[in-house]
Amino acid sequence: MDWMNYSGPLLSGAWVTIKLTIYSSIFGTLIAFIFGVGKLSENWFIKAFSVAFIEVFRGTSLLVQLFWLFFALPVLGQAIGIDLRLPPVVAGTLALSLNIGAYGAEVVRGAIQAVPASQLEAAKALDFTPRQTMWRISVPQAIPEMMPSFGNLAVQNLKDTALVSLISLGDLAFRAEQIRNFTQDSTTIYTLLLFMYFGMALVLTAFMKVLERMTGRWRAGRS
Amino acid sequence: MKTEVTPPSDDVIIRFENVTKKFGDITVLDELNFEVRRGEKVTIIGPSGSGKSTVLRILMTLENIQDGVIWVAGKPLWHELKNGQFVDPSETHLRAMRKEMGMVFQQFNLFPHMTVKRNVTEAPIHVLGLSKEKANKRAEEYLELVGLSDQADKFPSQLSGGQQQRVAIARALAMQPNILLFDEPTSALDPELVGEVLSVIQRLSKKHDLTILLVTHEMQFAKEISDRVCFFDKGKIVEDGSPEQLFVDPQEERTKAFLSNFIVHSNGH
Amino acid sequence: MLFGYAWDTSSNWAFAVSILPILLRGLIVTIQATLLGFVVAAVLGLILAGLKSVRFKIISWPARFLTEFIRDTPLLVQLFFLYYVLPEYGLVLPAFLTGALALGVQYSAYTSEVYRAGIESITRGQTEAAHALDLSPLRTFGIVILPQAIPRIVPALGNYLVSIMKDVPILSVVSVLEVLNVAKIIGDRTFNYMVPLSMVGGLYLILTLVAAWGVRYLDTRLPKQGIPLR
Repeated sequence: MDWMNYSGPLLSGAWVTIKLTIYSSIFGTLIAFIFGVGKLSENWFIKAFSVAFIEVFRGTSLLVQLFWLFFALPVLGQAIGIDLRLPPVVAGTLALSLNIGAYGAEVVRGAIQAVPASQLEAAKALDFTPRQTMWRISVPQAIPEMMPSFGNLAVQNLKDTALVSLISLGDLAFRAEQIRNFTQDSTTIYTLLLFMYFGMALVLTAFMKVLERMTGRWRAGRS
Repeated sequence: MKTEVTPPSDDVIIRFENVTKKFGDITVLDELNFEVRRGEKVTIIGPSGSGKSTVLRILMTLENIQDGVIWVAGKPLWHELKNGQFVDPSETHLRAMRKEMGMVFQQFNLFPHMTVKRNVTEAPIHVLGLSKEKANKRAEEYLELVGLSDQADKFPSQLSGGQQQRVAIARALAMQPNILLFDEPTSALDPELVGEVLSVIQRLSKKHDLTILLVTHEMQFAKEISDRVCFFDKGKIVEDGSPEQLFVDPQEERTKAFLSNFIVHSNGH
Repeated sequence: MLFGYAWDTSSNWAFAVSILPILLRGLIVTIQATLLGFVVAAVLGLILAGLKSVRFKIISWPARFLTEFIRDTPLLVQLFFLYYVLPEYGLVLPAFLTGALALGVQYSAYTSEVYRAGIESITRGQTEAAHALDLSPLRTFGIVILPQAIPRIVPALGNYLVSIMKDVPILSVVSVLEVLNVAKIIGDRTFNYMVPLSMVGGLYLILTLVAAWGVRYLDTRLPKQGIPLR
């Protein structure tokens, strides 16, 4: 059991996993808000496009989406004359973001719809435009409502990053697989791997809980 | 639908002409005719379901109407006038009309994620386009008026019901509307908190240029501050007169029956 | 040539039509893996939920830790673990079964939560009423609690069935011939990945919509107050 030899590549892989998680979570959150609000739009075209996006990326497997972006997109590019070959890190981050964004969009939409109608009436009485009402009144009140689900999605996203190892992106799972191929020491490596992911998930969960508390400050109320 | 368009005279700030409002099959306002003069303080009373809150909500453009015409400050509310004809209103028109009115809700409806000060300044800044300094000054002025200057940095969840409602009044006032609509402003409050809100409304009733429409069950208060009291029942005005007339000597049977549920002293306090 | 079907690369459209039967063969494997994985998840989840609710902390705490551990670690790694580590301890399973087992283990963490939440959502009053009527704990659970919990549990389980189906392609790493793997093989051999992978996407969309419709239908058929007992 050469812990020392393993630690180098494993830690560099873990760092890639962490970066992937952070980038795809941020990008995914952006996508979640765009399509979550889009699904609530009065504009039929925006709404239809949002619904379509959410259905497609929630209804198909993440691995299918990943493989499509990495293997199929270049072929499509060839046919129309543009070079659409994505490096693994781009394909991986993109697939993760789009996927988690679609799930997040439903959370965003649900939370916004949960804001009481009386708030919308008060906003209307003060003559806010629908867009102002959405972004100044509804969304800020919806955010604390979204946080618990976002916490779950963040951990799911972390787990999903392991799939990018299948397109040869050097994340934690990839490095572990490399080591295993070399040493054939499956039990040690995979046990170690499981605990490393578990540790990262715990840290992520703690972070999301802090975020949840911070965004819900105004809910505190009288003692 | 009227073919002839006659806007009301300048001193009539609100006029309902044969207004009908239905929710599905239920008729809530039944060919209502109703007028309010500039600066008048009108209280609307009546049993639940009589349509009194609906009148306020329609004025605040929260509900539309099925028939009739409503005039506010000389312009139609739920219609636009194009070439002397009534057409459906555009959003721009409604937005312009909304600025005439402010509303105070039964459940206060303060924005919970904003401080008291922000609640009052948000609309003046982003709807009226005031600068931050001007809006802050306005907020200070109106928070002073409702007696809550020292709570400016608190969040609504930290205030009592009475305090929240007073903030709501300041918030509506900050938009400087010509008409202030109160929809049962004290009905959701614990009894000991009702007085502080009523005294604010009383102070407002001294302003000559402010038209007030108040829906309430606080009969004693209504008698003290109103120029006029309207009794609504089943979507129509049953009786309409000065507080002395209505509370002391009601003419209609239904009015008498309704008022028998309340004790109103004939000599004020 | 795959599974005895040859493909026609003359045009994209002909290609698509000719590989459809091959993809459908893969889809059958996908569905089989989904169903088997679901059954394992449902059963294991029940056991986990039971262990977690035991009064002795020496049993319930490890069970709760295990659930959390499974929930917070990737399916891919769990799959590799089972595939490579089990044989070292003498248990050699065909790839398909290992895959279904991995799916079952991963989702048992979720199904155990569904059971727990469903049962806990039945108001305390029900247990107290049953106790007052002197019903035995077993009878209370089987006749009073369970029939009321089922309408809440079944739709949630149905949603996880759909999730399992979306995770089946991961089994391709241990060479299970589910639909994505089949599509990838076709792509490897013809260099045209776009048609097969797009078709897989389309097939998945259809399957998901059908399954979601099925879950919703089931939800409407189950009375909200519980399975009626005459």
